[in-house]
Amino acid sequence: MSTPAPRPRIRLDKKEAKKGDLVEVKALVAHIMESGQRKDKDGNVIPRKIINKFTCEVNGQLVFAVDLEPAISANPYLQFKFKAEESGKVVLTWVDDDGTKIVGEDTITVT
Amino acid sequence: MTTTVSRREAFALGAGVVAVLALGGADKAFAKNDSDDLIKAFTGGKAPVKGKVKLDLPDIAENGNTVPLAFTVESPMTEASHVTDVLIVAEGNPRGGLATFHFSPRSGVAEAATRIRLAETQNVIAIAKMNDGTLFMDTRQVKVTIGGCGG
Repeated sequence: MSTPAPRPRIRLDKKEAKKGDLVEVKALVAHIMESGQRKDKDGNVIPRKIINKFTCEVNGQLVFAVDLEPAISANPYLQFKFKAEESGKVVLTWVDDDGTKIVGEDTITVT
Repeated sequence: MTTTVSRREAFALGAGVVAVLALGGADKAFAKNDSDDLIKAFTGGKAPVKGKVKLDLPDIAENGNTVPLAFTVESPMTEASHVTDVLIVAEGNPRGGLATFHFSPRSGVAEAATRIRLAETQNVIAIAKMNDGTLFMDTRQVKVTIGGCGG
Protein backbone atom coordinates (compact mmCIF):
# COMPACT_ATOMS: atom_id res chain seq x y z
CA MET A 1 0.00 0.00 0.00
CA SER A 2 1.29 3.42 -0.91
CA THR A 3 -0.63 5.30 1.77
CA PRO A 4 1.30 5.36 5.04
CA ALA A 5 -0.40 3.89 8.09
CA PRO A 6 -2.22 6.66 9.94
CA ARG A 7 -0.51 7.73 13.14
CA PRO A 8 -2.83 7.55 16.10
CA ARG A 9 -3.03 10.35 18.62
CA ILE A 10 -2.92 9.24 22.24
CA ARG A 11 -3.13 11.36 25.36
CA LEU A 12 -2.89 10.18 28.97
CA ASP A 13 -4.12 12.69 31.54
CA LYS A 14 -1.02 11.96 33.67
CA LYS A 15 2.44 10.52 33.05
CA GLU A 16 2.97 9.61 36.69
CA ALA A 17 0.37 8.03 38.90
CA LYS A 18 0.10 6.59 42.38
CA LYS A 19 -0.80 2.91 42.60
CA GLY A 20 -4.56 2.64 42.35
CA ASP A 21 -5.05 5.99 40.60
CA LEU A 22 -7.30 6.17 37.58
CA VAL A 23 -5.55 7.21 34.36
CA GLU A 24 -7.69 8.69 31.60
CA VAL A 25 -6.84 7.84 28.00
CA LYS A 26 -8.02 9.77 24.95
CA ALA A 27 -7.27 8.12 21.61
CA LEU A 28 -7.99 9.20 18.05
CA VAL A 29 -6.99 7.59 14.77
CA ALA A 30 -7.55 8.84 11.22
CA HIS A 31 -9.80 6.32 9.47
CA ILE A 32 -12.65 6.63 6.98
CA MET A 33 -14.92 4.12 8.80
CA GLU A 34 -16.72 3.41 5.50
CA SER A 35 -20.05 2.00 6.68
CA GLY A 36 -20.90 -0.21 3.69
CA GLN A 37 -24.27 1.61 3.53
CA ARG A 38 -23.28 4.39 1.16
CA LYS A 39 -23.50 4.33 -2.63
CA ASP A 40 -21.26 6.01 -5.17
CA LYS A 41 -22.47 8.19 -8.09
CA ASP A 42 -23.37 5.13 -10.19
CA GLY A 43 -25.43 3.56 -7.42
CA ASN A 44 -22.90 0.90 -6.48
CA VAL A 45 -22.52 0.17 -2.80
CA ILE A 46 -19.14 1.36 -1.47
CA PRO A 47 -17.68 -1.65 0.33
CA ARG A 48 -17.40 -1.55 4.10
CA LYS A 49 -14.00 -0.72 5.59
CA ILE A 50 -13.90 0.03 9.29
CA ILE A 51 -11.82 -0.39 12.39
CA ASN A 52 -13.69 -3.27 14.03
CA LYS A 53 -11.62 -3.83 17.17
CA PHE A 54 -9.76 -1.66 19.65
CA THR A 55 -7.70 -2.87 22.62
CA CYS A 56 -5.66 -1.24 25.38
CA GLU A 57 -2.98 -3.26 27.14
CA VAL A 58 -0.96 -2.00 30.08
CA ASN A 59 2.20 -4.04 30.69
CA GLY A 60 0.74 -6.80 28.52
CA GLN A 61 -2.51 -6.95 30.49
CA LEU A 62 -5.75 -6.20 28.67
CA VAL A 63 -7.52 -3.38 30.54
CA PHE A 64 -10.12 -2.21 28.00
CA ALA A 65 -11.44 -3.32 24.60
CA VAL A 66 -14.17 -2.31 22.15
CA ASP A 67 -15.88 -4.05 19.24
CA LEU A 68 -16.76 -1.26 16.82
CA GLU A 69 -19.61 -1.28 14.30
CA PRO A 70 -20.02 0.84 11.15
CA ALA A 71 -22.11 3.32 13.17
CA ILE A 72 -18.98 4.65 14.88
CA SER A 73 -18.02 8.03 13.34
CA ALA A 74 -15.09 8.47 10.96
CA ASN A 75 -11.74 9.05 12.70
CA PRO A 76 -12.92 7.01 15.69
CA TYR A 77 -12.42 8.67 19.06
CA LEU A 78 -12.32 6.70 22.29
CA GLN A 79 -12.02 7.89 25.85
CA PHE A 80 -11.71 5.53 28.82
CA LYS A 81 -9.79 4.95 32.05
CA PHE A 82 -7.60 2.29 33.61
CA LYS A 83 -6.31 1.66 37.11
CA ALA A 84 -2.57 2.22 37.55
CA GLU A 85 -1.01 -0.90 39.06
CA GLU A 86 2.62 -0.78 37.95
CA SER A 87 4.84 1.22 35.60
CA GLY A 88 4.95 0.09 32.02
CA LYS A 89 3.92 0.45 28.42
CA VAL A 90 0.43 1.46 27.43
CA VAL A 91 -0.22 -0.16 24.04
CA LEU A 92 -3.27 0.74 21.98
CA THR A 93 -4.20 -1.37 18.94
CA TRP A 94 -6.76 -0.66 16.23
CA VAL A 95 -7.68 -3.56 13.88
CA ASP A 96 -8.94 -2.81 10.36
CA ASP A 97 -11.44 -5.03 8.45
CA ASP A 98 -8.57 -6.00 6.13
CA GLY A 99 -6.53 -7.27 9.08
CA THR A 100 -3.99 -4.46 9.25
CA LYS A 101 -3.19 -3.18 12.72
CA ILE A 102 -2.45 0.35 13.79
CA VAL A 103 -0.46 0.41 17.02
CA GLY A 104 0.24 3.37 19.28
CA GLU A 105 2.24 3.46 22.50
CA ASP A 106 2.77 5.57 25.59
CA THR A 107 4.18 4.89 29.04
CA ILE A 108 2.89 5.27 32.56
CA THR A 109 5.09 5.58 35.65
CA VAL A 110 3.55 4.35 38.88
CA THR A 111 5.16 5.67 42.04
CA MET B 1 -83.17 -19.64 17.05
CA THR B 2 -80.71 -18.61 14.47
CA THR B 3 -78.09 -16.00 15.16
CA THR B 4 -78.15 -13.35 12.55
CA VAL B 5 -75.51 -10.79 11.94
CA SER B 6 -76.88 -7.49 10.79
CA ARG B 7 -75.18 -5.47 8.12
CA ARG B 8 -74.06 -2.94 10.75
CA GLU B 9 -72.58 -5.64 13.00
CA ALA B 10 -70.79 -7.27 10.11
CA PHE B 11 -69.21 -3.95 9.24
CA ALA B 12 -68.05 -3.42 12.84
CA LEU B 13 -66.58 -6.92 12.91
CA GLY B 14 -64.74 -6.28 9.67
CA ALA B 15 -63.33 -3.01 10.98
CA GLY B 16 -62.05 -4.85 14.07
CA VAL B 17 -60.21 -7.39 11.94
CA VAL B 18 -58.66 -4.61 9.87
CA ALA B 19 -57.56 -2.80 13.05
CA VAL B 20 -55.90 -5.96 14.41
CA LEU B 21 -54.09 -6.53 11.11
CA ALA B 22 -52.94 -2.92 11.04
CA LEU B 23 -51.59 -3.20 14.58
CA GLY B 24 -49.73 -6.37 13.68
CA GLY B 25 -48.21 -4.60 10.73
CA ALA B 26 -47.22 -1.57 12.79
CA ASP B 27 -45.53 -3.83 15.31
CA LYS B 28 -43.36 -5.35 12.59
CA ALA B 29 -42.44 -1.95 11.18
CA PHE B 30 -41.33 -0.78 14.63
CA ALA B 31 -38.41 -3.23 14.76
CA LYS B 32 -36.51 -1.28 12.12
CA ASN B 33 -33.26 -3.17 12.35
CA ASP B 34 -31.53 -6.04 14.10
CA SER B 35 -31.25 -4.25 17.48
CA ASP B 36 -33.77 -6.58 19.15
CA ASP B 37 -31.77 -9.63 18.01
CA LEU B 38 -28.50 -8.07 19.18
CA ILE B 39 -30.01 -7.39 22.62
CA LYS B 40 -31.38 -10.93 22.80
CA ALA B 41 -27.98 -12.41 21.90
CA PHE B 42 -26.27 -10.22 24.51
CA THR B 43 -28.73 -10.82 27.35
CA GLY B 44 -29.62 -14.43 26.57
CA GLY B 45 -33.27 -13.40 26.70
CA LYS B 46 -33.10 -12.07 30.27
CA ALA B 47 -34.75 -8.70 30.81
CA PRO B 48 -32.32 -5.98 31.94
CA VAL B 49 -33.30 -3.78 34.90
CA LYS B 50 -33.39 -0.03 34.41
CA GLY B 51 -30.71 1.68 36.50
CA LYS B 52 -26.98 1.71 37.34
CA VAL B 53 -26.19 2.64 33.72
CA LYS B 54 -26.13 6.32 32.82
CA LEU B 55 -26.10 7.03 29.11
CA ASP B 56 -25.09 10.54 28.12
CA LEU B 57 -26.17 11.84 24.70
CA PRO B 58 -27.37 15.23 23.46
CA ASP B 59 -31.17 15.70 23.31
CA ILE B 60 -30.77 17.20 19.85
CA ALA B 61 -27.97 16.30 17.43
CA GLU B 62 -27.62 18.73 14.56
CA ASN B 63 -25.19 16.49 12.70
CA GLY B 64 -25.95 12.77 12.80
CA ASN B 65 -22.49 11.99 11.42
CA THR B 66 -20.81 12.58 14.73
CA VAL B 67 -22.85 12.48 17.92
CA PRO B 68 -20.93 12.39 21.22
CA LEU B 69 -21.86 9.39 23.37
CA ALA B 70 -20.66 8.65 26.90
CA PHE B 71 -21.76 6.23 29.58
CA THR B 72 -20.93 5.24 33.14
CA VAL B 73 -21.97 2.14 35.02
CA GLU B 74 -22.14 2.10 38.82
CA SER B 75 -19.85 -0.66 40.05
CA PRO B 76 -17.01 -1.13 42.56
CA MET B 77 -15.02 -2.82 39.74
CA THR B 78 -13.43 -5.39 42.07
CA GLU B 79 -12.69 -9.04 41.27
CA ALA B 80 -15.86 -9.95 43.19
CA SER B 81 -18.13 -7.41 41.53
CA HIS B 82 -17.46 -5.71 38.20
CA VAL B 83 -18.91 -4.83 34.82
CA THR B 84 -17.74 -7.18 32.06
CA ASP B 85 -19.47 -5.87 28.92
CA VAL B 86 -21.60 -2.95 27.74
CA LEU B 87 -23.67 -3.22 24.55
CA ILE B 88 -24.86 -0.05 22.81
CA VAL B 89 -27.53 -0.26 20.09
CA ALA B 90 -29.54 2.24 18.05
CA GLU B 91 -33.13 1.41 17.09
CA GLY B 92 -33.37 3.57 13.97
CA ASN B 93 -30.10 3.04 12.10
CA PRO B 94 -29.80 0.72 9.07
CA ARG B 95 -28.03 -1.67 11.44
CA GLY B 96 -28.61 -1.74 15.18
CA GLY B 97 -25.09 -2.26 16.50
CA LEU B 98 -23.00 0.71 17.64
CA ALA B 99 -20.30 -0.86 19.79
CA THR B 100 -19.62 -3.37 22.55
CA PHE B 101 -17.24 -2.30 25.33
CA HIS B 102 -15.28 -4.82 27.42
CA PHE B 103 -14.12 -4.06 30.96
CA SER B 104 -12.16 -5.82 33.70
CA PRO B 105 -11.26 -4.94 37.30
CA ARG B 106 -8.10 -3.43 35.78
CA SER B 107 -10.31 -0.84 34.08
CA GLY B 108 -10.87 0.65 37.54
CA VAL B 109 -14.12 2.23 36.44
CA ALA B 110 -16.76 1.27 33.86
CA GLU B 111 -17.02 4.37 31.74
CA ALA B 112 -16.14 5.35 28.20
CA ALA B 113 -16.93 7.88 25.49
CA THR B 114 -16.92 7.85 21.70
CA ARG B 115 -18.70 9.46 18.73
CA ILE B 116 -21.47 7.74 16.81
CA ARG B 117 -23.54 8.02 13.64
CA LEU B 118 -27.33 8.33 13.87
CA ALA B 119 -29.44 8.13 10.71
CA GLU B 120 -32.55 9.78 12.19
CA THR B 121 -34.35 10.62 15.43
CA GLN B 122 -34.34 7.46 17.50
CA ASN B 123 -33.67 5.69 20.80
CA VAL B 124 -30.18 4.61 21.84
CA ILE B 125 -29.98 1.77 24.37
CA ALA B 126 -27.08 0.79 26.64
CA ILE B 127 -27.08 -2.57 28.44
CA ALA B 128 -24.42 -3.47 31.02
CA LYS B 129 -23.58 -7.04 31.96
CA MET B 130 -22.07 -7.71 35.41
CA ASN B 131 -19.72 -10.58 36.24
CA ASP B 132 -22.58 -12.29 38.12
CA GLY B 133 -24.74 -12.14 34.99
CA THR B 134 -27.12 -9.40 36.14
CA LEU B 135 -28.12 -6.85 33.52
CA PHE B 136 -28.85 -3.13 33.75
CA MET B 137 -29.89 -0.64 31.09
CA ASP B 138 -30.56 2.95 30.13
CA THR B 139 -32.31 4.48 27.11
CA ARG B 140 -32.00 7.94 25.60
CA GLN B 141 -33.85 9.49 22.70
CA VAL B 142 -31.86 11.71 20.36
CA LYS B 143 -33.51 14.09 17.89
CA VAL B 144 -31.40 14.19 14.75
CA THR B 145 -31.59 17.20 12.42
CA ILE B 146 -29.32 15.92 9.62
CA GLY B 147 -28.96 12.15 9.35
CA GLY B 148 -25.55 10.54 9.40
CA CYS B 149 -25.84 7.56 7.07
CA GLY B 150 -26.61 9.16 3.71
CA GLY B 151 -24.34 9.25 0.67
